[in-house]
Amino acid sequence: MRRIEETFFRLKKEGRGGLIPFITAGDPNLDVTRQLIVEFAQGGASIIELGVPFSDPMADGPVIQRSSERALRNAVGIEEILQIVSEAREHTDVPIVLFSYYNPLLQFGLERLAQEAAGVGVDGVLVTDLAPEEAENFQNALSAQELDMIYLVAPTSTEDRLQMIARRASGFIYAVSRTGVTGTREESSKAAATLVARVRAVTDLPVAVGFGISNKTQVDEVLGYADAAVVGSAIVAEIEKQAGNGDLVKQVGGFMRSLMVGA
Amino acid sequence: MNNNEPDSGGHWGPYGGRFVPETLMAPLDELTAAYRSVCADSGFKAEFESLLRDYSGRPTPLFYAARLTEVAGGARIYLKREDLSHTGSHKINNALGQVLLARRMGKKRIIAETGAGQHGVAVATVCALFGLDCVIYMGSDDMRRQELNVFRMRLLGAEVREVNAGSNTLKDAINEAIRDWVSTPAETYYLLGSALGPHPYPLMVRDFQTVIGREARAQILEVEGRLPDVLLACIGGGSNSIGLFYPFLGDQSVRMIGIEAGGSGDELGNHAARFISGGGGRPGVLQGTLSYLLQDERGQIAATHSISAGLDYPAIGPEHAYLHDAGRVEYVTASDDEALAAFQTLSQLEGIIPALESAHAVAHAIPLARELGPDGCMIVNLSGRGDKDVQTVAEILTKESACDE
Repeated sequence: MRRIEETFFRLKKEGRGGLIPFITAGDPNLDVTRQLIVEFAQGGASIIELGVPFSDPMADGPVIQRSSERALRNAVGIEEILQIVSEAREHTDVPIVLFSYYNPLLQFGLERLAQEAAGVGVDGVLVTDLAPEEAENFQNALSAQELDMIYLVAPTSTEDRLQMIARRASGFIYAVSRTGVTGTREESSKAAATLVARVRAVTDLPVAVGFGISNKTQVDEVLGYADAAVVGSAIVAEIEKQAGNGDLVKQVGGFMRSLMVGA
Repeated sequence: MNNNEPDSGGHWGPYGGRFVPETLMAPLDELTAAYRSVCADSGFKAEFESLLRDYSGRPTPLFYAARLTEVAGGARIYLKREDLSHTGSHKINNALGQVLLARRMGKKRIIAETGAGQHGVAVATVCALFGLDCVIYMGSDDMRRQELNVFRMRLLGAEVREVNAGSNTLKDAINEAIRDWVSTPAETYYLLGSALGPHPYPLMVRDFQTVIGREARAQILEVEGRLPDVLLACIGGGSNSIGLFYPFLGDQSVRMIGIEAGGSGDELGNHAARFISGGGGRPGVLQGTLSYLLQDERGQIAATHSISAGLDYPAIGPEHAYLHDAGRVEYVTASDDEALAAFQTLSQLEGIIPALESAHAVAHAIPLARELGPDGCMIVNLSGRGDKDVQTVAEILTKESACDE
């Protein structure tokens, strides 16, 4: 069984939902990224999403935009990110999903990426701007290495699209809680529950909900209907807030734990 | 006439397609279906043509530039006067077409990006005409370079939103417009201004701009009794050029040359020339489409430079990428200095102040006319007028003359 599948299997058996923290690799630097992966894993994160920084993050709000800029100032690219994953793998088996825009992956080489990512212990890849219609080559390359291709679904996705995505996806489905860019929000979104119900009607794959989930109340609410909650901007904002603090890894790790069930 | 049509996913060979977040996939399907339906609708065509004629002032003239021809000393140079369109550039053609489409789709809020401000002004104008809400995203550097156009848009009732991100230019304005659209897809129509972006935009924008080439073809046949030897047009995203070229693609005798911004040098970061060898341009994905793209070795988008805001963009429309690889269109560059010189030459010889963008095409036309000799004839697309650039040029010329002293 692949690691992502196994993780959701275990969560289900234990009767609880998962938490998936997102961080941008290389923000504030690669050393901290490696430590955060291990800290999150030890703190109980179910899966870790590792953002590949891109110069033009058109689906991201200001928090992740700034985070990408900081990482790019450190000249962080795929090579460095894979190196970090390989180092973190000495300490943890937590599933790791690369979260990227398409161009950095395309320029690295799709088959090369699949091979090298599998080699260092990456479990899946999610590409923000790659819908199934354009994803055939990459999906084949990932499948050949037994890596999961995680797809997004959105409140605007039609029934036909949900079915197409369900046919192609593996690992889990990432449901975007609302139309919009990444970032925190105050109110909860009814759209997300509706979307998850629509996804459940077409697939047995686990469903994670992300975009705009920033506090424990929202996590709890999401876990009432989804298998996992993704928290990105709120954690990245915490990293930004703790900039320069020698205790950053502990502080951000603590913030993540405060979002979890039972916290 | 020719078969340069994309497949149903909007691909010209390996280029084009649709690379956007899932949230926008269904809205793009809806847009494609709406566009297909108006293509087959004679009422839409009639409304579009009547606005082009009565509101925008088409057809634009094909003007024989006698003194420029004489000074160049060779082929007869004709100027396709898109600068005489309402709002001063070819951008109005696409703005009218897409606003009519948005109205058919029941959208009441229009958003757009702008670089030089010409597209923003065209969109703001058409939104005023139809009483639609209009938000224009513009990079802060471009707002400074094109102050007059910012004022024009606001005068026309548009809200101009300043974009402070990345390079503070057109690319960043497009990112911000996409972020707006992804947040409000139900009520918003995104009116992309060039033959760029996800399918169906490159196809749709081209189709709305081919009126340029259709008119030019008929006009040159009337005055010259034959097809031109060469067509020239500047290329940022590529809408004025594809609009001129497309109706001639089947005419094998007609050479077509696209002029990219050579900026201040060949090194990556100093130009906006996607096709020059060693310049950092190679296929990649940006803002919804796969095409030639200025980028570093890791796929991060490179900074660009051009004296003209409208050409200052790292990617080129996907149909151009295809035409480049097919060898059907030649792509060359004109530098900032060459464009500046042509800006002054055309002003002094013909009493026509061209947009700095269009001046790039004029710059390449002069030596080429000489090369072709007196039996040749060519059409230069004068895509816009230069009023907006007068201040920029004045500043540069003042600086230069101060240095000379």
